[in-house]
Amino acid sequence: MNEEKVIIAGFGGQGVMLMGQILSHAATIADLNTTWIPSYGPETRGGTANCAVTIGKERINSPVVSVPDSLVVMNQPSLDKFQKKLKKGGVLIANKSQIPDADYRDDIKVYEVDANKKALEIGNLRVANMVMLGAYIAATGVFSQDEMFAVFEQIFTGKKSELIDLNKQALEAGIQAVGNRVS
Amino acid sequence: MAKVLMKGNEAMALAAIEGGCDAFFGYPITPQNEIPEYLSRHMGEKGRVFVQAESEVAAINMVYGAAGAGARALTSSSSPGIALKQEGISYIAGSELPCVIINVMRGGPGLGGIQPSQADYNQVTKGGGNGDYHLLAFAPENLQETVNIIKESFDLADYYRNPVIIAVDGLLGQMMEPVDLEAAPKTEDAKEKKWAADGNSDREGGRNVITSIHLDPLELEQHNLKLKKKYDEMRAKEQRYEMIETDDADIVFVAYGSMARIARSAVKTLREEGIKVGMIRPVTIWPFPEKAFDELSKSVKTLLTLEMSLGQMHEDVRAANNGRFQLDFYGRTGGVVPEPEEIIDHVKRMLEKEGSS
Repeated sequence: MNEEKVIIAGFGGQGVMLMGQILSHAATIADLNTTWIPSYGPETRGGTANCAVTIGKERINSPVVSVPDSLVVMNQPSLDKFQKKLKKGGVLIANKSQIPDADYRDDIKVYEVDANKKALEIGNLRVANMVMLGAYIAATGVFSQDEMFAVFEQIFTGKKSELIDLNKQALEAGIQAVGNRVS
Repeated sequence: MAKVLMKGNEAMALAAIEGGCDAFFGYPITPQNEIPEYLSRHMGEKGRVFVQAESEVAAINMVYGAAGAGARALTSSSSPGIALKQEGISYIAGSELPCVIINVMRGGPGLGGIQPSQADYNQVTKGGGNGDYHLLAFAPENLQETVNIIKESFDLADYYRNPVIIAVDGLLGQMMEPVDLEAAPKTEDAKEKKWAADGNSDREGGRNVITSIHLDPLELEQHNLKLKKKYDEMRAKEQRYEMIETDDADIVFVAYGSMARIARSAVKTLREEGIKVGMIRPVTIWPFPEKAFDELSKSVKTLLTLEMSLGQMHEDVRAANNGRFQLDFYGRTGGVVPEPEEIIDHVKRMLEKEGSS
């Protein structure tokens, strides 16, 4: 695979850090190189949060991602902030549920996912992030569903293992949703 | 062992445990808090010591005491916290005690900010404490290298009976990357420390005393000359660096830590465009790798120092260069992490200027 650089952004509390970590975990299991860097600072639930993940076969130089290949945005401020950075022809996954005023560039591939709605249908708004992650892997082909499932098995241990099924359902819903491309 | 995805701070903490750290003393500060957090959970279960002290000053003096008693002692902090520890660090160096210090650097001066920075270069390499002393100072660029160095640092501290400091910026502390804790050479078991103040007053030669006070100037001078011998040995044996595509380079970057990683991306892009750039990457920042500059070909035109500070290492580059090549500098400060494109743009501006003159 070529190096894949993705920025994932949203409100604090939407689980954007975990989304990035799951991708880096999948890369580690696949014996690929990967870096994950968070925005860190005096940020709280409801503030903005983002992380940048790089995945590749070759050594990763800068972990700082200035021109992402892909972008996953969970809300309007994240779209407004990061869309302009996305490389030409890059993949944008947008959470339609929290982006009322969508104005997309016409030189990128956009996938809109009603992630909050799908998460609520599954039974928990908090897995909206996994819906988005499912859409991301389906749109980019970076990892397979099974590779993601393997990460869930690895990181949701002990009492958290109850969460595996819920997250799998959310991921699958996201994978199915990518048929819904806008441009 | 397979690689494990870990956060930088946690990987450093685990590496310290693997390196045989007996005791940790610290005081919280962002962006290094995951180090004490991790150690607070895992030192006790291994029968080792973890203390959250009441202040940075208390923490470094606890390190002084534990090291004096022969323990492998560690403290970690971030820039202003390291500033508070300078008095104790000077005492530890003066008393010839081994210890390991991790500095996860943030923007300064003063309380500054909490974002990544390399503006502690002077504090780390020139010392903030008083007297003729040096720390063996490492500045790794990725988590695997950081983990390897931290494991080794306990052996080096014991060997030289001198503090070793590992300076990383906040980015390395906060990022995640796969690491293999067994990739580094096995650390040596701590050897018997015959000099330690271990409560044994019956030994041959009487009880051991740990002190940094020598009121007779001639005696203190002899002590300082003894310390100098160690620093000379470090200068001869411990200069570590990496030469990256320097063989045919016209422009050679000098960068360490996260900045070196970002600069690697710039080297790659500029090379693809046919611009011959390379890089000297210091791994030790004290001793400064002067030997690297002697390896450069005479065809080099310019050395470009790149730092997340306003040019602190640049002074050492100037000294090591010793008038050989043209010098230039590019840096960001205050917690701003540059993008590779900024370096690329700077190089292109350099070349335009050269072309027009």
